[in-house]
Amino acid sequence: MKKLGSRLLAGPYIIWIVLFTVIPLCLIVYNAFTNSDGSFTLGNVLAVTDYVNAKPLFLSLNMSLIVTLVCFLLSFPLALVLSRYSSNKNSIIVMIFILPMWMNFMLRTLAWRLILLNNGFLNKGLGILGFNPVYLMNTKAAVILGTAYDYFPFMLLPIYNALVKIDKDIINAAKDLGATGFIILKRIMLPLSLPGIASGIIMVFVPSMSEFVIADMLGGNKVYLIGNVIEQAFNSGYADVHLGSGLSLSLMFLIIISMVIYKFFDKGEGGHGLW
Amino acid sequence: MVKSTKKTIEKIYMVLILLLLYVPIALLIVSSFNASERNKAVWGGFTLKAYIELIHDEIVMGALYNTLLLAFGASFIATILGTLVCIGMINMKNRSKTIIMGITQIPLLNSDIVTGIALMLLFTKFADLSFATMLIAHVTFIIPYVVLSVYPKVLQVNLSTYEAALDLGASHLYAMWKVVVPEIMPGILSGFLLAFTMSLDDFSVTYFTKAPGLNTMSTMINAEYRKGIQTEIYALSTIVFLIVLFVLFIINRRSEKLYRQQEESGVVL
Repeated sequence: MKKLGSRLLAGPYIIWIVLFTVIPLCLIVYNAFTNSDGSFTLGNVLAVTDYVNAKPLFLSLNMSLIVTLVCFLLSFPLALVLSRYSSNKNSIIVMIFILPMWMNFMLRTLAWRLILLNNGFLNKGLGILGFNPVYLMNTKAAVILGTAYDYFPFMLLPIYNALVKIDKDIINAAKDLGATGFIILKRIMLPLSLPGIASGIIMVFVPSMSEFVIADMLGGNKVYLIGNVIEQAFNSGYADVHLGSGLSLSLMFLIIISMVIYKFFDKGEGGHGLW
Repeated sequence: MVKSTKKTIEKIYMVLILLLLYVPIALLIVSSFNASERNKAVWGGFTLKAYIELIHDEIVMGALYNTLLLAFGASFIATILGTLVCIGMINMKNRSKTIIMGITQIPLLNSDIVTGIALMLLFTKFADLSFATMLIAHVTFIIPYVVLSVYPKVLQVNLSTYEAALDLGASHLYAMWKVVVPEIMPGILSGFLLAFTMSLDDFSVTYFTKAPGLNTMSTMINAEYRKGIQTEIYALSTIVFLIVLFVLFIINRRSEKLYRQQEESGVVL
């Protein structure tokens, strides 16, 4: 029997990922554990425990958890409704909700600048309605709003895809057996959409954890995240490649650890969820 | 009675979210027509000045051109490399497959900023940053999307049709091209599209690997939004929105047709 597909076809890709994924990561690790004269040090990796770096790190963690929660709370009910409205995946209604994702990410953030500036659209609108102006620009709230807006579709889409796949017969059977709407939600919809929720959470949490440009545009320099610290370490006048690499490595570890913890909880719930 | 209230609440919720999603974009577009220079929240009359200036603005148009060239080039290379590796993996041992798929996930799980910095460290060690380094960087971080879309389709390929083609005298290459590639085409297309949008939308990776003076749309906006050409950026957003609308409309039409065809052929079979 002749086999399909020579293994050689994988060659170019393997060369590519070794050169541009594996080696660059090794460079980060190398830079993180050495100082400018090339000798071994743990200082750069441990720098994350310094107050100046730990504070932005906890702020990032705190804010990306809030962003993830906001995205989930807004998109789960919406995904539920959408999954009932449309039976096939290509439904135009879903497309309408996902469409803003294709607008350039910087343009979307710029739009929130227009709204939140002290003399922007929000305060203009509030003024017309007779309310006092709110000054959200350069606050945590502004950055959370902007980030949640940017990543919302990444939460909605996987949850919707998981909900659409649920067999309608299961829900009907539960109804026949007398389950209330809440029980159906708790015992069927939630557990069966768990994989979708999981990938939604990862797709929102990971990028917002290392965000720096939204904080720049909507937070001024009032909201200083770990992403901003790392960016400064590479691109400012007093750049320090080794410190930046060390902090990047710590950030990577933190993301991996939170994913492991999360997977652990995820398994625990998924196990006894359905029946 | 209860059912209709529930339906109303659902509708109101959908409209609220739609407003939240679209009002910011609408405000960007409206601002591009606003003649008032200083504050866009105050209406200063209708003007098309921003659009005329936009066309003549080398910074903005150059960034738009770079963005498109980069996205097309990078997703083209990524699609070819990604498709080849998926076909190549069919005959591999499980262990090699696991290793390849594991490394493939690295750029997905790494945050963009780390991918960008890692590539920058590599590039600045061996060469100057240029369009080529931006292209390599983009291919690197979008390639996982291609592999993850194509690989499931490759697993479903019916090997006996391929063998039948060989028995009927087709060469390996011919059979691959005529039998296997059409079967995995939906995966290739969606991988390409996903890769393309990721490249279009990227800021962080480009930011760290771009050559000085060479900008994509995202990095150009980041460099310019505090300065004078704001209104042109708003005008640009109108154009981007219209392009997105048009492309999605085409894709939707196409996939609906495909869906219907599949249903029909399913009935025939």
